[in-house]
Amino acid sequence: MSPIIIKLIFVSIVFGISLFVAMYSTYAERKVAAFLQDRLGPNRAGPFGLLQPLADGVKLFFKEEFIPLKADRWLFLMGPGFFMITALMTSAVIPFGPDLKIGDTVIPLQGTDLNVGLLYIFGVVSLGVYGVLIGGWASNNKFSLLGAIRAASQNISYELAMGLSIIALVMMTATLSMREIVDQQSGWHWNVLYQPLGFLIFLVCAFAETNRAPFDLPECETELVGGYHTEYSSMKLGFFLFAEYINMFISSAVIATLYFGGYHAPFIDSMDPGMLKTFLSIGVLFAKIFFFIFFFMWVRWTLPRFRYDQLMNLGWKMLIPLAVVNIIITGIVLLMKM
Amino acid sequence: MQLTNKRKHMARKPMTFLERIYLPAIVKGMGITLSHLFKKKATIQYPEQKRPMSEVFRGLHILKRDDQGAERCTACGLCALACPAEAITMTAAERKPQDKHLYREEKYAEVYEINMLRCIFCGLCEEACPKAAIFLQNDKMAPASYEREDFIFGKDRLVEPFLLKKS
Repeated sequence: MSPIIIKLIFVSIVFGISLFVAMYSTYAERKVAAFLQDRLGPNRAGPFGLLQPLADGVKLFFKEEFIPLKADRWLFLMGPGFFMITALMTSAVIPFGPDLKIGDTVIPLQGTDLNVGLLYIFGVVSLGVYGVLIGGWASNNKFSLLGAIRAASQNISYELAMGLSIIALVMMTATLSMREIVDQQSGWHWNVLYQPLGFLIFLVCAFAETNRAPFDLPECETELVGGYHTEYSSMKLGFFLFAEYINMFISSAVIATLYFGGYHAPFIDSMDPGMLKTFLSIGVLFAKIFFFIFFFMWVRWTLPRFRYDQLMNLGWKMLIPLAVVNIIITGIVLLMKM
Repeated sequence: MQLTNKRKHMARKPMTFLERIYLPAIVKGMGITLSHLFKKKATIQYPEQKRPMSEVFRGLHILKRDDQGAERCTACGLCALACPAEAITMTAAERKPQDKHLYREEKYAEVYEINMLRCIFCGLCEEACPKAAIFLQNDKMAPASYEREDFIFGKDRLVEPFLLKKS
Protein backbone atom coordinates (compact mmCIF):
# COMPACT_ATOMS: atom_id res chain seq x y z
CA MET A 1 0.00 0.00 0.00
CA SER A 2 1.18 3.44 -0.77
CA PRO A 3 2.08 5.61 2.21
CA ILE A 4 -0.65 8.08 1.30
CA ILE A 5 -3.39 5.48 1.67
CA ILE A 6 -1.91 4.26 4.95
CA LYS A 7 -1.81 7.83 6.19
CA LEU A 8 -5.41 8.39 5.08
CA ILE A 9 -6.55 5.29 6.94
CA PHE A 10 -4.61 6.32 10.02
CA VAL A 11 -6.00 9.85 9.97
CA SER A 12 -9.56 8.61 9.62
CA ILE A 13 -9.02 6.20 12.51
CA VAL A 14 -7.72 9.03 14.70
CA PHE A 15 -10.67 11.16 13.58
CA GLY A 16 -13.09 8.37 14.47
CA ILE A 17 -11.45 7.74 17.83
CA SER A 18 -11.54 11.45 18.67
CA LEU A 19 -15.24 11.61 17.90
CA PHE A 20 -15.95 8.37 19.75
CA VAL A 21 -14.04 9.43 22.84
CA ALA A 22 -15.72 12.84 22.78
CA MET A 23 -19.10 11.16 22.43
CA TYR A 24 -18.55 8.95 25.41
CA SER A 25 -16.98 11.82 27.35
CA THR A 26 -20.41 13.41 27.42
CA TYR A 27 -21.72 10.18 28.93
CA ALA A 28 -18.78 9.93 31.31
CA GLU A 29 -19.24 13.54 32.34
CA ARG A 30 -22.81 12.89 33.35
CA LYS A 31 -21.92 9.67 35.13
CA VAL A 32 -18.99 11.24 36.99
CA ALA A 33 -21.13 14.22 37.93
CA ALA A 34 -23.81 11.89 39.21
CA PHE A 35 -21.43 9.67 41.18
CA LEU A 36 -19.70 12.64 42.78
CA GLN A 37 -23.11 13.89 43.88
CA ASP A 38 -24.32 10.51 45.17
CA ARG A 39 -26.64 9.99 42.21
CA LEU A 40 -26.78 7.27 39.54
CA GLY A 41 -26.68 9.28 36.32
CA PRO A 42 -28.13 8.20 32.97
CA ASN A 43 -28.98 4.51 33.13
CA ARG A 44 -32.12 4.10 31.04
CA ALA A 45 -30.94 4.15 27.41
CA GLY A 46 -29.33 0.76 26.92
CA PRO A 47 -27.37 -1.20 29.54
CA PHE A 48 -25.93 1.26 32.11
CA GLY A 49 -27.25 4.05 29.87
CA LEU A 50 -24.52 3.37 27.33
CA LEU A 51 -26.72 4.47 24.44
CA GLN A 52 -27.31 7.85 26.04
CA PRO A 53 -24.88 9.73 23.76
CA LEU A 54 -26.72 8.33 20.72
CA ALA A 55 -30.04 9.41 22.16
CA ASP A 56 -28.62 12.88 22.84
CA GLY A 57 -27.29 13.08 19.30
CA VAL A 58 -30.60 12.05 17.79
CA LYS A 59 -32.37 14.57 19.96
CA LEU A 60 -30.07 17.37 18.83
CA PHE A 61 -30.54 16.44 15.16
CA PHE A 62 -34.29 16.62 15.44
CA LYS A 63 -34.39 19.94 17.27
CA GLU A 64 -35.62 22.99 15.44
CA GLU A 65 -32.85 24.84 13.69
CA PHE A 66 -33.13 28.51 14.42
CA ILE A 67 -31.04 31.37 13.09
CA PRO A 68 -31.78 34.79 14.58
CA LEU A 69 -33.07 37.31 12.04
CA LYS A 70 -30.38 39.89 12.73
CA ALA A 71 -27.56 37.37 12.90
CA ASP A 72 -24.78 37.39 10.34
CA ARG A 73 -25.89 34.23 8.58
CA TRP A 74 -22.63 32.98 7.15
CA LEU A 75 -20.49 33.73 10.16
CA PHE A 76 -23.21 32.22 12.33
CA LEU A 77 -22.96 29.00 10.35
CA MET A 78 -19.17 29.12 10.28
CA GLY A 79 -18.66 29.47 14.04
CA PRO A 80 -19.39 25.90 15.17
CA GLY A 81 -17.67 24.38 12.16
CA PHE A 82 -14.55 26.42 12.74
CA PHE A 83 -14.50 25.48 16.41
CA MET A 84 -14.86 21.83 15.50
CA ILE A 85 -12.14 21.89 12.83
CA THR A 86 -9.60 23.57 15.10
CA ALA A 87 -10.45 21.14 17.87
CA LEU A 88 -9.81 18.17 15.56
CA MET A 89 -6.69 19.59 13.89
CA THR A 90 -4.56 19.42 17.01
CA SER A 91 -4.46 15.64 17.02
CA ALA A 92 -2.31 15.64 13.85
CA VAL A 93 1.01 15.86 15.71
CA ILE A 94 0.24 13.69 18.72
CA PRO A 95 2.19 10.43 18.66
CA PHE A 96 -0.27 7.70 19.59
CA GLY A 97 2.29 4.92 19.82
CA PRO A 98 5.63 3.65 18.58
CA ASP A 99 5.93 2.66 14.89
CA LEU A 100 3.66 -0.21 13.95
CA LYS A 101 5.44 -2.86 11.85
CA ILE A 102 3.26 -5.09 9.69
CA GLY A 103 5.52 -7.21 7.51
CA ASP A 104 7.87 -4.77 5.84
CA THR A 105 5.70 -1.70 6.05
CA VAL A 106 6.34 0.63 8.94
CA ILE A 107 3.35 2.70 9.99
CA PRO A 108 4.17 5.67 12.19
CA LEU A 109 1.30 6.14 14.62
CA GLN A 110 1.34 9.90 14.31
CA GLY A 111 -0.40 12.17 11.82
CA THR A 112 2.83 13.91 10.98
CA ASP A 113 6.07 14.26 12.89
CA LEU A 114 6.55 18.00 12.49
CA ASN A 115 9.85 19.24 13.83
CA VAL A 116 7.87 22.16 15.28
CA GLY A 117 5.01 20.02 16.54
CA LEU A 118 4.73 21.89 19.81
CA LEU A 119 4.47 25.22 18.01
CA TYR A 120 1.84 23.75 15.71
CA ILE A 121 -0.26 22.76 18.71
CA PHE A 122 0.00 26.25 20.13
CA GLY A 123 -0.91 27.78 16.80
CA VAL A 124 -4.01 25.64 16.39
CA VAL A 125 -5.10 26.01 20.01
CA SER A 126 -4.96 29.78 19.73
CA LEU A 127 -6.99 29.57 16.51
CA GLY A 128 -9.61 27.63 18.45
CA VAL A 129 -10.95 30.75 20.11
CA TYR A 130 -11.93 32.16 16.70
CA GLY A 131 -14.78 29.68 16.41
CA VAL A 132 -16.17 30.92 19.72
CA LEU A 133 -15.52 34.55 18.81
CA ILE A 134 -17.11 34.30 15.36
CA GLY A 135 -20.11 32.41 16.69
CA GLY A 136 -20.63 34.79 19.59
CA TRP A 137 -20.23 37.90 17.47
CA ALA A 138 -22.43 36.68 14.63
CA SER A 139 -25.30 35.84 17.00
CA ASN A 140 -25.98 39.56 17.46
CA ASN A 141 -26.81 39.04 21.11
CA LYS A 142 -25.28 40.72 24.13
CA PHE A 143 -24.84 37.55 26.09
CA SER A 144 -23.18 35.80 23.18
CA LEU A 145 -20.89 38.73 22.57
CA LEU A 146 -19.93 38.95 26.24
CA GLY A 147 -19.23 35.24 26.29
CA ALA A 148 -17.13 35.48 23.16
CA ILE A 149 -15.14 38.44 24.48
CA ARG A 150 -14.53 36.60 27.72
CA ALA A 151 -13.33 33.55 25.80
CA ALA A 152 -10.96 35.67 23.75
CA SER A 153 -9.44 37.58 26.65
CA GLN A 154 -9.20 34.44 28.76
CA ASN A 155 -7.42 32.55 26.01
CA ILE A 156 -4.97 35.37 25.37
CA SER A 157 -4.17 35.68 29.08
CA TYR A 158 -3.63 31.99 29.66
CA GLU A 159 -1.81 31.29 26.41
CA LEU A 160 1.02 33.48 27.67
CA ALA A 161 1.48 31.48 30.85
CA MET A 162 1.06 28.24 28.92
CA GLY A 163 3.71 29.22 26.40
CA LEU A 164 6.10 30.26 29.16
CA SER A 165 5.60 26.99 31.02
CA ILE A 166 6.35 25.12 27.82
CA ILE A 167 9.52 27.14 27.21
CA ALA A 168 11.01 25.65 30.37
CA LEU A 169 10.11 22.20 29.04
CA VAL A 170 11.66 22.93 25.65
CA MET A 171 14.85 24.19 27.32
CA MET A 172 15.10 20.77 28.93
CA THR A 173 14.20 18.61 25.95
CA ALA A 174 15.93 20.82 23.36
CA THR A 175 13.40 19.82 20.71
CA LEU A 176 9.96 20.87 19.53
CA SER A 177 9.08 17.53 17.94
CA MET A 178 6.41 15.69 19.87
CA ARG A 179 7.85 12.29 18.97
CA GLU A 180 11.27 13.17 20.33
CA ILE A 181 9.82 14.65 23.49
CA VAL A 182 7.97 11.40 24.10
CA ASP A 183 10.95 9.21 23.35
CA GLN A 184 13.11 11.15 25.82
CA GLN A 185 10.66 10.17 28.56
CA SER A 186 11.01 6.39 28.33
CA GLY A 187 11.14 4.53 31.63
CA TRP A 188 10.59 6.79 34.60
CA HIS A 189 12.01 9.92 32.97
CA TRP A 190 8.64 11.59 32.85
CA ASN A 191 8.87 15.33 32.43
CA VAL A 192 6.45 15.92 35.27
CA LEU A 193 9.14 14.72 37.68
CA TYR A 194 11.59 17.33 36.38
CA GLN A 195 9.06 20.09 35.74
CA PRO A 196 6.40 19.86 38.48
CA LEU A 197 5.83 23.62 38.58
CA GLY A 198 5.70 23.85 34.81
CA PHE A 199 3.22 20.99 34.73
CA LEU A 200 0.99 22.69 37.26
CA ILE A 201 0.96 25.92 35.28
CA PHE A 202 0.33 24.02 32.06
CA LEU A 203 -2.54 22.10 33.66
CA VAL A 204 -4.25 25.23 34.95
CA CYS A 205 -3.84 26.87 31.56
CA ALA A 206 -5.20 23.78 29.82
CA PHE A 207 -8.36 24.12 31.90
CA ALA A 208 -8.62 27.76 30.88
CA GLU A 209 -7.94 27.04 27.20
CA THR A 210 -10.61 24.36 26.97
CA ASN A 211 -13.12 26.63 28.74
CA ARG A 212 -13.68 24.01 31.39
CA ALA A 213 -14.79 24.72 34.92
CA PRO A 214 -13.54 26.47 37.03
CA PHE A 215 -12.68 28.67 34.04
CA ASP A 216 -15.91 28.24 32.09
CA LEU A 217 -16.70 31.93 32.13
CA PRO A 218 -17.40 32.13 28.37
CA GLU A 219 -20.49 29.96 28.77
CA CYS A 220 -21.21 30.87 32.39
CA GLU A 221 -24.90 29.90 32.66
CA THR A 222 -25.53 31.87 35.82
CA GLU A 223 -24.63 35.20 34.26
CA LEU A 224 -24.76 34.86 30.49
CA VAL A 225 -27.62 32.45 29.79
CA GLY A 226 -25.47 30.19 27.62
CA GLY A 227 -22.57 32.49 26.81
CA TYR A 228 -21.31 32.34 23.24
CA HIS A 229 -23.80 29.63 22.24
CA THR A 230 -26.91 31.32 23.61
CA GLU A 231 -28.46 31.71 20.15
CA TYR A 232 -27.42 28.32 18.84
CA SER A 233 -29.81 25.44 18.56
CA SER A 234 -29.96 21.98 17.04
CA MET A 235 -26.74 20.35 15.82
CA LYS A 236 -24.89 23.67 15.67
CA LEU A 237 -25.18 23.81 19.45
CA GLY A 238 -24.21 20.16 19.44
CA PHE A 239 -21.04 21.03 17.53
CA PHE A 240 -20.03 23.62 20.10
CA LEU A 241 -20.63 21.27 22.99
CA PHE A 242 -19.03 18.37 21.19
CA ALA A 243 -15.96 20.34 20.17
CA GLU A 244 -15.43 21.19 23.83
CA TYR A 245 -15.15 17.49 24.59
CA ILE A 246 -12.80 16.94 21.68
CA ASN A 247 -10.70 19.79 23.03
CA MET A 248 -10.68 18.04 26.36
CA PHE A 249 -9.57 14.77 24.78
CA ILE A 250 -6.80 16.48 22.83
CA SER A 251 -5.53 18.50 25.77
CA SER A 252 -5.49 15.34 27.89
CA ALA A 253 -3.45 13.72 25.13
CA VAL A 254 -1.08 16.71 25.02
CA ILE A 255 -0.66 16.70 28.81
CA ALA A 256 0.01 12.96 28.78
CA THR A 257 2.46 13.34 25.90
CA LEU A 258 4.39 16.31 27.19
CA TYR A 259 4.55 15.53 30.91
CA PHE A 260 3.57 11.94 31.54
CA GLY A 261 5.69 10.04 29.08
CA GLY A 262 3.10 9.64 26.34
CA TYR A 263 2.95 5.99 25.35
CA HIS A 264 5.86 5.03 27.58
CA ALA A 265 5.48 3.06 30.78
CA PRO A 266 8.40 1.50 32.65
CA PHE A 267 7.30 -2.12 32.46
CA ILE A 268 6.37 -1.94 28.79
CA ASP A 269 9.61 -0.27 27.71
CA SER A 270 11.57 -3.30 28.86
CA MET A 271 9.51 -5.63 26.62
CA ASP A 272 10.74 -6.99 23.29
CA PRO A 273 9.65 -4.79 20.39
CA GLY A 274 6.72 -6.21 18.44
CA MET A 275 3.02 -5.92 17.80
CA LEU A 276 2.12 -6.63 21.44
CA LYS A 277 4.38 -3.91 22.72
CA THR A 278 2.98 -1.43 20.21
CA PHE A 279 -0.60 -2.09 21.21
CA LEU A 280 0.19 -2.07 24.92
CA SER A 281 1.91 1.28 24.43
CA ILE A 282 -1.18 2.67 22.73
CA GLY A 283 -3.23 1.31 25.62
CA VAL A 284 -0.94 3.03 28.12
CA LEU A 285 -1.34 6.35 26.34
CA PHE A 286 -5.11 6.00 26.31
CA ALA A 287 -5.17 5.04 29.98
CA LYS A 288 -3.30 8.26 30.73
CA ILE A 289 -5.64 10.23 28.48
CA PHE A 290 -8.72 8.79 30.17
CA PHE A 291 -7.29 9.57 33.56
CA PHE A 292 -6.88 13.20 32.58
CA ILE A 293 -10.36 13.35 31.08
CA PHE A 294 -11.62 12.05 34.42
CA PHE A 295 -9.46 14.64 36.14
CA PHE A 296 -11.04 17.40 34.06
CA MET A 297 -14.49 16.22 35.14
CA TRP A 298 -13.46 15.66 38.72
CA VAL A 299 -12.24 19.26 38.96
CA ARG A 300 -15.38 20.55 37.26
CA TRP A 301 -17.62 18.98 39.86
CA THR A 302 -15.44 20.09 42.78
CA LEU A 303 -14.52 23.71 42.22
CA PRO A 304 -16.82 26.69 41.87
CA ARG A 305 -16.34 29.08 38.97
CA PHE A 306 -13.78 31.86 39.29
CA ARG A 307 -14.91 35.44 39.32
CA TYR A 308 -13.65 37.35 36.30
CA ASP A 309 -11.19 39.52 38.20
CA GLN A 310 -9.91 36.46 40.06
CA LEU A 311 -9.39 34.76 36.71
CA MET A 312 -7.36 37.67 35.39
CA ASN A 313 -5.41 38.02 38.65
CA LEU A 314 -4.55 34.34 38.62
CA GLY A 315 -3.46 34.46 35.00
CA TRP A 316 -1.41 37.64 34.98
CA LYS A 317 -0.25 38.06 38.57
CA MET A 318 0.31 34.46 39.61
CA LEU A 319 0.84 32.12 36.69
CA ILE A 320 2.98 34.31 34.44
CA PRO A 321 5.45 35.30 37.20
CA LEU A 322 5.54 31.66 38.33
CA ALA A 323 6.23 30.54 34.79
CA VAL A 324 9.08 33.06 34.50
CA VAL A 325 10.51 31.86 37.80
CA ASN A 326 10.24 28.32 36.51
CA ILE A 327 12.20 29.24 33.38
CA ILE A 328 14.92 30.85 35.48
CA ILE A 329 15.19 27.83 37.79
CA THR A 330 15.33 25.49 34.82
CA GLY A 331 18.02 27.62 33.23
CA ILE A 332 20.15 27.67 36.38
CA VAL A 333 19.85 23.90 36.83
CA LEU A 334 20.71 23.27 33.19
CA LEU A 335 23.76 25.57 33.43
CA MET A 336 24.95 23.84 36.59
CA LYS A 337 24.66 20.46 34.89
CA MET A 338 26.81 21.67 32.00
CA MET B 1 -25.77 41.18 76.03
CA GLN B 2 -24.42 37.69 75.74
CA LEU B 3 -27.10 35.01 75.77
CA THR B 4 -24.99 31.95 75.10
CA ASN B 5 -21.32 31.15 75.11
CA LYS B 6 -21.48 29.79 71.58
CA ARG B 7 -20.25 32.98 70.00
CA LYS B 8 -17.00 32.53 68.17
CA HIS B 9 -14.81 35.49 67.46
CA MET B 10 -13.92 35.57 63.76
CA ALA B 11 -11.14 37.90 62.78
CA ARG B 12 -10.92 38.93 59.16
CA LYS B 13 -7.28 38.36 58.45
CA PRO B 14 -5.56 38.72 55.11
CA MET B 15 -5.12 35.31 53.49
CA THR B 16 -1.88 33.50 54.08
CA PHE B 17 0.32 32.44 51.20
CA LEU B 18 -1.03 28.88 51.25
CA GLU B 19 -4.57 30.19 51.14
CA ARG B 20 -3.78 32.56 48.31
CA ILE B 21 -2.43 29.91 45.97
CA TYR B 22 -5.65 27.92 46.55
CA LEU B 23 -3.87 24.59 46.02
CA PRO B 24 -4.22 23.00 49.49
CA ALA B 25 -7.90 23.93 49.53
CA ILE B 26 -8.35 22.50 46.04
CA VAL B 27 -6.68 19.22 46.99
CA LYS B 28 -8.86 19.00 50.09
CA GLY B 29 -12.00 19.64 48.09
CA MET B 30 -11.08 17.07 45.50
CA GLY B 31 -10.54 14.55 48.25
CA ILE B 32 -14.06 15.19 49.49
CA THR B 33 -15.61 14.74 46.04
CA LEU B 34 -13.57 11.61 45.42
CA SER B 35 -14.84 10.08 48.65
CA HIS B 36 -18.37 10.66 47.38
CA LEU B 37 -17.57 8.65 44.26
CA PHE B 38 -17.67 5.48 46.36
CA LYS B 39 -20.55 6.35 48.64
CA LYS B 40 -23.92 4.69 48.51
CA LYS B 41 -26.21 6.39 46.01
CA ALA B 42 -29.35 7.99 47.33
CA THR B 43 -31.39 7.37 44.18
CA ILE B 44 -34.49 5.16 44.29
CA GLN B 45 -35.21 3.75 40.81
CA TYR B 46 -38.84 4.73 40.96
CA PRO B 47 -41.02 2.52 38.79
CA GLU B 48 -39.03 -0.58 39.74
CA GLN B 49 -38.25 0.35 43.33
CA LYS B 50 -40.63 2.15 45.61
CA ARG B 51 -39.98 3.98 48.79
CA PRO B 52 -41.73 2.12 51.62
CA MET B 53 -44.66 4.16 52.88
CA SER B 54 -45.44 4.90 56.49
CA GLU B 55 -48.03 2.74 58.26
CA VAL B 56 -50.13 5.82 58.93
CA PHE B 57 -49.84 7.28 55.43
CA ARG B 58 -53.18 8.62 54.21
CA GLY B 59 -53.59 7.85 50.53
CA LEU B 60 -56.48 6.96 48.28
CA HIS B 61 -59.83 6.21 49.92
CA ILE B 62 -61.50 2.84 49.89
CA LEU B 63 -65.10 1.87 50.79
CA LYS B 64 -64.88 -1.39 52.68
CA ARG B 65 -67.10 -4.44 52.52
CA ASP B 66 -67.94 -6.64 55.51
CA ASP B 67 -67.12 -10.34 55.92
CA GLN B 68 -70.02 -11.40 53.69
CA GLY B 69 -68.97 -9.00 50.98
CA ALA B 70 -71.73 -6.49 51.57
CA GLU B 71 -71.00 -2.78 51.51
CA ARG B 72 -70.65 -1.29 54.95
CA CYS B 73 -71.59 2.26 54.03
CA THR B 74 -75.07 3.33 55.04
CA ALA B 75 -74.94 6.81 53.58
CA CYS B 76 -75.32 8.50 56.94
CA GLY B 77 -73.40 11.50 55.63
CA LEU B 78 -71.13 11.93 58.65
CA CYS B 79 -68.06 11.74 56.49
CA ALA B 80 -69.38 14.48 54.23
CA LEU B 81 -70.11 16.54 57.31
CA ALA B 82 -66.69 15.95 58.78
CA CYS B 83 -64.89 16.74 55.55
CA PRO B 84 -63.23 20.16 55.89
CA ALA B 85 -62.72 20.43 52.15
CA GLU B 86 -66.29 19.44 51.27
CA ALA B 87 -65.02 16.86 48.86
CA ILE B 88 -67.58 14.14 49.58
CA THR B 89 -71.12 14.01 48.21
CA MET B 90 -73.58 11.13 48.35
CA THR B 91 -77.17 10.15 47.58
CA ALA B 92 -78.84 7.70 49.91
CA ALA B 93 -81.29 5.04 48.77
CA GLU B 94 -83.38 2.30 50.38
CA ARG B 95 -82.20 -1.27 49.91
CA LYS B 96 -84.42 -3.52 47.73
CA PRO B 97 -85.19 -6.96 49.23
CA GLN B 98 -83.28 -8.75 46.45
CA ASP B 99 -80.12 -6.67 47.15
CA LYS B 100 -79.76 -7.95 50.70
CA HIS B 101 -76.42 -9.61 49.98
CA LEU B 102 -75.00 -6.40 48.49
CA TYR B 103 -75.62 -3.88 51.27
CA ARG B 104 -75.33 -4.58 54.96
CA GLU B 105 -77.98 -2.19 56.27
CA GLU B 106 -81.36 -1.16 54.93
CA LYS B 107 -80.03 2.16 53.68
CA TYR B 108 -77.13 2.44 51.30
CA ALA B 109 -75.28 5.01 49.19
CA GLU B 110 -76.62 5.02 45.65
CA VAL B 111 -74.07 7.60 44.61
CA TYR B 112 -70.89 8.22 46.56
CA GLU B 113 -68.38 10.64 45.09
CA ILE B 114 -65.11 12.06 46.36
CA ASN B 115 -63.52 14.90 44.47
CA MET B 116 -59.81 14.15 44.70
CA LEU B 117 -58.91 17.68 43.65
CA ARG B 118 -60.70 19.04 46.71
CA CYS B 119 -59.68 16.30 49.11
CA ILE B 120 -56.83 17.22 51.44
CA PHE B 121 -56.31 13.64 52.68
CA CYS B 122 -56.76 14.66 56.32
CA GLY B 123 -58.50 11.40 57.25
CA LEU B 124 -61.37 13.03 59.15
CA CYS B 125 -63.91 10.98 57.11
CA GLU B 126 -62.19 7.86 58.35
CA GLU B 127 -62.51 9.06 61.94
CA ALA B 128 -66.10 10.19 61.52
CA CYS B 129 -67.40 6.93 60.01
CA PRO B 130 -69.47 4.98 62.58
CA LYS B 131 -69.62 1.87 60.38
CA ALA B 132 -65.88 1.55 59.68
CA ALA B 133 -66.70 1.82 55.99
CA ILE B 134 -64.26 4.40 54.65
CA PHE B 135 -60.52 4.14 55.01
CA LEU B 136 -57.50 5.89 53.54
CA GLN B 137 -55.14 3.30 52.16
CA ASN B 138 -51.48 3.57 53.12
CA ASP B 139 -50.11 1.96 49.96
CA LYS B 140 -51.95 3.74 47.18
CA MET B 141 -51.98 7.37 46.12
CA ALA B 142 -54.59 9.23 44.11
CA PRO B 143 -53.37 8.92 40.51
CA ALA B 144 -52.62 11.87 38.23
CA SER B 145 -54.72 12.68 35.21
CA TYR B 146 -55.11 15.23 32.44
CA GLU B 147 -58.87 15.72 32.89
CA ARG B 148 -60.67 17.29 35.82
CA GLU B 149 -63.53 14.80 35.45
CA ASP B 150 -61.14 11.94 36.16
CA PHE B 151 -60.61 13.20 39.67
CA ILE B 152 -64.20 12.72 40.75
CA PHE B 153 -64.09 9.19 42.07
CA GLY B 154 -67.43 7.39 42.08
CA LYS B 155 -68.36 4.10 43.68
CA ASP B 156 -66.87 2.22 40.74
CA ARG B 157 -63.41 3.29 41.83
CA LEU B 158 -63.89 3.62 45.58
CA VAL B 159 -65.60 0.41 46.67
CA GLU B 160 -63.35 -2.46 47.58
CA PRO B 161 -63.33 -5.02 44.73
CA PHE B 162 -65.82 -7.81 45.39
CA LEU B 163 -63.79 -10.68 43.98
CA LEU B 164 -60.78 -9.98 46.13
CA LYS B 165 -62.83 -10.37 49.24
CA LYS B 166 -64.21 -13.78 48.34
CA SER B 167 -60.92 -15.47 47.56
